[in-house]
Amino acid sequence: MEERLRRTMMFVPGNNAGMVRDAGIYGADSIMFDLEDAVSLAEKDAARILVYQALQTQDYGDSELVVRVNDIDSKYFKPDVFAMVKAGVDVIRLPKTESAAMIHQLVQVIEEAEKKFNRQPGSTHVMAAIESAKGVMNVLEIAQASDRMIGLALSAEDYTTDLKTHRYPDGAELEFARNMILNAARTAGIAAFDTVFTNMNDEEGFKREVEHIHELGFDGKSLINPRQIDMVNQIYQPSQVEIEDALDVQAAIEEAHRQGSGVISMNGQMVDRPVVLRAQRVIRLAQASGLLNEEGEFIEE
Amino acid sequence: MKNSIGRELSDDLMRNYQPFKSTKIGNPIVQRVAPKVRVSTGDNKVTDSLADVVRKTVKDGMTISFHHHLREGDFIFNLVMDEIIKQGIQDLTLAPSSLTNVMNDKVIEAIKAGTITHIESSGMRGTLGEAVSHGILKDPVILRSHGSRARAIENGETKIDVAFLGVPNADRCGNANGMTGDAAFGSLGYALIDAQYADQVVLLTDNIVDYPNTPASIKQTQVDYVVKVDQVGDPDRIGSGATRFTKNPKDLKIAKMVNNVIVHSPYFKQGFSFQTGSGGAALAVARFLKQSMLDKQITASFALGGITTPIVDLMNDGLVQKVMDVQDFDKGAADSMKNNQNQQEIDASWYADADNKGAMVDQLDVCILSALEIDTDFNVNVMTGSNGVLRGAIGGHQDAATAKMTIISAPLTRGRIATVVPKVGTVVTPGESIDVLVTEAGVAVNPARQDLIAAFKKVPSIPLVTIEELQQKAEAIVGKPEPLQHTNKTVAMIEYRDGTIIDEVKEIKD
Repeated sequence: MEERLRRTMMFVPGNNAGMVRDAGIYGADSIMFDLEDAVSLAEKDAARILVYQALQTQDYGDSELVVRVNDIDSKYFKPDVFAMVKAGVDVIRLPKTESAAMIHQLVQVIEEAEKKFNRQPGSTHVMAAIESAKGVMNVLEIAQASDRMIGLALSAEDYTTDLKTHRYPDGAELEFARNMILNAARTAGIAAFDTVFTNMNDEEGFKREVEHIHELGFDGKSLINPRQIDMVNQIYQPSQVEIEDALDVQAAIEEAHRQGSGVISMNGQMVDRPVVLRAQRVIRLAQASGLLNEEGEFIEE
Repeated sequence: MKNSIGRELSDDLMRNYQPFKSTKIGNPIVQRVAPKVRVSTGDNKVTDSLADVVRKTVKDGMTISFHHHLREGDFIFNLVMDEIIKQGIQDLTLAPSSLTNVMNDKVIEAIKAGTITHIESSGMRGTLGEAVSHGILKDPVILRSHGSRARAIENGETKIDVAFLGVPNADRCGNANGMTGDAAFGSLGYALIDAQYADQVVLLTDNIVDYPNTPASIKQTQVDYVVKVDQVGDPDRIGSGATRFTKNPKDLKIAKMVNNVIVHSPYFKQGFSFQTGSGGAALAVARFLKQSMLDKQITASFALGGITTPIVDLMNDGLVQKVMDVQDFDKGAADSMKNNQNQQEIDASWYADADNKGAMVDQLDVCILSALEIDTDFNVNVMTGSNGVLRGAIGGHQDAATAKMTIISAPLTRGRIATVVPKVGTVVTPGESIDVLVTEAGVAVNPARQDLIAAFKKVPSIPLVTIEELQQKAEAIVGKPEPLQHTNKTVAMIEYRDGTIIDEVKEIKD
């Protein structure tokens, strides 16, 4: 899977032309156009057409473009997938995923569409939203269902209803699902996204939740408002010490390459693979946070 | 003929005007005028009869004026114009400080009755903008900035015969201010020029107070009549209510970038000065600026222009020493003036007149302005919409753009209309005055300001782009509009702040 930052996945209602147009300006790592829950039955076709046009005409910069299609059993599912594959979307997000079979079914429709519209086979990626206990219990097979899989997302509203609970400020009700999803994602080598936080007036609660999922190891979070992007990025932003350490590791890697050595060493000690991977991630985060200049040096604003 | 920025001007109309050359005013010697004074002891100024006053003061062919401090809550304009139309007076020049929507239909009625044949204003919109853009007047409207209106009145280009000025209080001799009473609106900034230079000054108030009324912004020495009316205006529509902080993510993003530009500019230092407009984004800038001032322990020497509650709050927090107030946009700002010595009422000349021994805008460091359109030469249009119709006002735009760093804050597109365009429909403020454009898609600096480009280049939170890139980006989103269809008739002439002509607005062909 292509390594990229996925700190923020911003939801954009597929039927709101203004928001669809402006979705690219907030610096979200991923933009998720929603054809499902945000769109009323009367507007399903209009939203599909709007997003289809926007994907082909609007400049969303470096953001990864994701579309949440309608339920696999609905009559909108196949037209949604066909239109989005034709438009060249990066990722299709399947709601209410409960088994690997559902992913297989989605992939089959995508293959059909890629063929029909002459898209590079395999170019359309998929991700699964886990919204039920069954989905959580099957999450590893879902994560490993296809080479096209790039990530798993927890969707807490449906999930907590299924569990016969609701959301609490401390998030205890989500802890099991979060850990299941995260570990399945890491086993499959794909990304894990945490659920949305809907109360825009509770900035403290939002920050607490982001700090928590950051600590657990989630790649990022689904967001309902562009104003949340900066807050997430700030929490994911590495510290100056982390950046400087990562730059040292990078220098050691370059030094090893120059000497044609397979062993990377720093201060007389061998640098092992996890340290290298972490350093690379820190540098990517630092670049995304605007903390490194063109020469790759730390800058303070 | 063409002026220095290449705008085509009608030769026949230009016989009495100079074409725009440069934003530099220089040091010309100008002659000011003085009003006629009908001498009296001032004992019998109060009357209930507007009809009598109109009969005594207004004659065919005169120039009459009003102020727009009562904005959309104004009752005075329609009251006075009704009486003037009723008396059958003809061929007047209407020269108010500006025209608000509540006045539109009455102006159109007066034009149709032959009562008004000429208009000079800061701007116009709505039905009147439509009517003028479609050629309802024979001669073009003259549009001026607030500073330029003061200039034109002072040097006699605009000779006001009668000024009708609504005030929320006055004593029997005509001492008045804008600060107390049901219709209080704060600063009387624009009206002070009318009171000083009109041959005849008529105050209209619903609130006669004991003599002598202080503080007296308008003085008894200037006033001929005090007309008692039922109500000067609708308090709820005079200023907006409590100004809510915008939650629009795009406005916030732009406001944050504007603040980043200010903070990383060479002007953000102890004792700096600034002017923000009204509107969501400008208010948001005030909030971000407050935090930056606290963080860097910097205070401003003054804030200038049209004032809002967030600006007054900065003063009350000790972050702004003086508020130099030509008008108040909301109730909080209006209420605060009477209680705060540091909120100084200033007139339009002191504020912004170019032909002066120094106006406040000449001392301004940073100014944030809006735009309907801005082109790749940084010329700004705040007057005509994408359909070519008059729908705005110059206000203090050209004047405040004199600031050492003028920032235009605007979204790249509005709906399906581009804000950044190859050529603006109407030039109001020349690109020479504009230093920085902030949009949600990036920050463009006028190439004339290499010093600012150098200052911003190393700041990650200021994404620098060229204005051409922004224009192309906007075009990629909304496409290329069909060119507008005009007739040869000029419906409005846009003055620059020195009285030269910067552009013309042509009649719309439907």
